[in-house]
Amino acid sequence: MSRNGPIALTYHVLFVSFMLAPILVVCFVAFTPEGYLSFPTDRWSLRWFYAIAQYPEFISAFWRSLWLGAISSAIAVGISVPAALAIARYRFPGREAMTALFMSPLMIPHLVLGIAFLRFFTQIGLGGTFTGLVLSHIVVVIPFALRLTLASAVGLDRSIEHAAVSLGASESVVLRRITLPLVLPGLVSGWALAFINSFDEVTMTVFIAAPGTETLPVRMFLYIQDNIDPLVTSVSACVIAITVAALLVLDRAFGLERLLIGRSAGHGR
Amino acid sequence: MRAAPYLLCVPALVLFAGVVIVPLSMTVLLSFHDWGQYKGIEPVFILKNWHEVLSDSYFHEMFARTFRVAFFVTLLAALFGAPEAYILNRMRSPWRGIFLLVILGPLLISVVARTLGWALLFGGNSGLVNKALMGMGLISAPLPFMFTEVGVVVALTHVLMPYMVLAVWASLQRLDPQVENAAVALGAGPFTVLRRIVLPQVMPGILSGAVIVFALAASAFATPAIIGGRRLKVASTLAYDEFLNTLNWPLGAAVAVLLLLALIAVIWGANRLVERRYAQVFA
Amino acid sequence: MAFLELEKLTRSFGAHNAVDGLTLGVEKGEFVALLGPSGCGKTTTLQMIAGFVEPTSGAIRLGGKDLLAIKPAKRGLGIVFQSYALFPHMTVAENVAFGLEMQGVAAAERRTRVAETLELVGLGAFGARFPRQMSGGQQQRVALARALVIRPQVLLLDEPLSNLDAKLREGMQIELRQIQRTVGTTTILVTHDQAEAMALSDRIVVMNQGKAEQIGPPHEAYERPATPFVANFLGKTNLVNGATVRPERISFAESGLAGTVRTRIFQGNHWLYQVDTASGLVTVIRQNTGEAMPGEGDAVHLGWEGRA
Ligand SMILES: Nc1ncnc2c1ncn2[C@@H]1O[C@H](COP(=O)(O)OP(=O)(O)OP(=O)(O)O)[C@@H](O)[C@H]1O
Ligand SMILES: [Mg+2]
Repeated sequence: MSRNGPIALTYHVLFVSFMLAPILVVCFVAFTPEGYLSFPTDRWSLRWFYAIAQYPEFISAFWRSLWLGAISSAIAVGISVPAALAIARYRFPGREAMTALFMSPLMIPHLVLGIAFLRFFTQIGLGGTFTGLVLSHIVVVIPFALRLTLASAVGLDRSIEHAAVSLGASESVVLRRITLPLVLPGLVSGWALAFINSFDEVTMTVFIAAPGTETLPVRMFLYIQDNIDPLVTSVSACVIAITVAALLVLDRAFGLERLLIGRSAGHGR
Repeated sequence: MRAAPYLLCVPALVLFAGVVIVPLSMTVLLSFHDWGQYKGIEPVFILKNWHEVLSDSYFHEMFARTFRVAFFVTLLAALFGAPEAYILNRMRSPWRGIFLLVILGPLLISVVARTLGWALLFGGNSGLVNKALMGMGLISAPLPFMFTEVGVVVALTHVLMPYMVLAVWASLQRLDPQVENAAVALGAGPFTVLRRIVLPQVMPGILSGAVIVFALAASAFATPAIIGGRRLKVASTLAYDEFLNTLNWPLGAAVAVLLLLALIAVIWGANRLVERRYAQVFA
Repeated sequence: MAFLELEKLTRSFGAHNAVDGLTLGVEKGEFVALLGPSGCGKTTTLQMIAGFVEPTSGAIRLGGKDLLAIKPAKRGLGIVFQSYALFPHMTVAENVAFGLEMQGVAAAERRTRVAETLELVGLGAFGARFPRQMSGGQQQRVALARALVIRPQVLLLDEPLSNLDAKLREGMQIELRQIQRTVGTTTILVTHDQAEAMALSDRIVVMNQGKAEQIGPPHEAYERPATPFVANFLGKTNLVNGATVRPERISFAESGLAGTVRTRIFQGNHWLYQVDTASGLVTVIRQNTGEAMPGEGDAVHLGWEGRA
């Protein structure tokens, strides 16, 4: 049907270049053979990737970020599922207010959350601990987990469960054989989106992470604050590569658009 | 039966009460406490920090910069992001999905890595951006991007652009493609269709995207911290300094709470505007 | 005493009575249709029998036993939902087998019964497919098979054909009736399509605002409607001088009610007329027999049986 003209396509090319330029630059510079920031011209080298191994704080921060993301996202999904069922299934006083409350971490600046958690955790003795990080990350990723579990709970046709009941299924059988399998794609995509957001979080975490509990983005940020050298570009290139791989898998599995806009999974016609 | 939905919400409610509401209240309270170089934080109730934040011209300038940056980032994102979303929407099938992924994907890539890219591109006088601009003959001498507001605005626009494209894209999805054809059939040229038919319908999307971008730009931390450095302070980097360098937590808390209040006011006002002006579109 | 009895069944939502004192007896093997406009309480009635909505008052008995005391999962009713409600993550065969599995039927018997039932609804070759790989009509038959395979005491159908196009709907109506005759299951069908209700059922219940306006065989309700509502709902009617007359009962005559043809519409096997008369606008339906008929603007006389 309608297509884009040459002006639109030129604009599109420029726009995409703008979006990709900084990401590509990081990846290029990471392959420099020199000891300073420069583009690899005649020769590519992996020396700065090998150099990461000499800096255990990057490696340990990476594993910490991975665990932190996995655990906090799993807990966030676990908390979201019952809440999503309640919001999707019942009309009750305070329903809108509760939904707004659970989605509020999206709108509260992470800076403010970081400050609030720094104060709170120091007061209750969780300052700089991994437990503190997990608690705070659950809060910031819950909106993502809730949005996708909610979408799949809303998309679930109630009469499918009624059909199972009318065929003699008990409540636990309905939950195990019908409800959970049907909302599972929503749960998995909610977890994945939550994980990525936790893995990338820096603004809030920079306040609450202590030297022993720094996450990868925090370690990178603090490193860049001191100086920018090829090492941090190779670390960034690795992070970019991992994220892009995860992105492609997610897009294949769920469709990125649906993941980001949070449209219902809809089993009905 | 009545209690069922509340019981299901109990885990989330406990979490939010314990780990969101309490800490936020403590922060508000903290902004009223006193602080001294040697005595540390004193749990008293005074207006000293608020008075300082609201009357000192240093803070005025810093907040003005924060909102100026956020305003230009929002403007640029809307100006360039909305047309791109429209172009994307008109693309054919494999390309549409591919470029949507290319443009929205960066949203999920670490902000630190993306900002690092801009630091490399700007990098002093020899930066790629300056080379390109001079190569095109647009400028004769290198422009300073690092540690300037322009640099922060450009990098932040890049960081937040996907949110704008996403919002406009979502509103374009709700558009009935036949409406455009109907206008064409009535004799409207492509420009008229765009201005009279498409734009009014995606305006709510642009505005909601603008609210998100503005809120995130005004409270962004990593990008202004890396591109703006220690010299160019915005509200978030200032609060960070108060907390982790000066250790004047009460003052930092006042800055953060003020930022939060200002953002709530902006978001609330914008939502009111959108609802009033575009209620018919949503209905 | 009837097989399935609804007695003064009432359900209110707030101040509004969705179902209001409905009393109905359904005989074993009978096919009864609940017919009425949107929002008249058909689905609510069905859901009360199924156990998904609790009655505010009244009783439901099945084979003399109080059905309300039995949990929905133990009622042994077969239900076909308006949306079909197939399990999207299970194959057709797994869908149909689910109820048997819940009853603890052994795997071998399960397989034969599933195969038999799929054969009955004409889907013998589709067991391995997933619901989304099937057309609307096929999904509808899967839903029917899933309900029938457990050999339910009563089959409840909630607008099972409303999602199908006109042609497929007609085909399915015939099949549904045949299948019901074959297995002899007591059936309650909910529909707002009066033609469907009349084509399929032994008796119809015309509902309006939660109440049964008339219960009886279709032709009786059509010919002798108990209320103006029933008369109107079951087809086009004329109200001439206080009497209701069906349009197809009126013919053009030498003498009788004088009038002028305002519009004439050809509808294939019949002509539809609007005639201006002294007692108002009268609708007339005449079979198309190939003969010449009065045209628009012609002066005519209308006659019908029982007219003085
Ligand atoms: N859960 C509910 N809460 C409040 N009112 C309800 C509820 N369920 C049904 N009603 C009301 O009860 C009345 C009857 O609803 P019901 O679904 O039984 O109608 P129906 O005859 O099946 O209509 P349709 O042909 O549109 O399916 C309607 O006015 C409806 O609004
Ligand atoms: Mg209904």
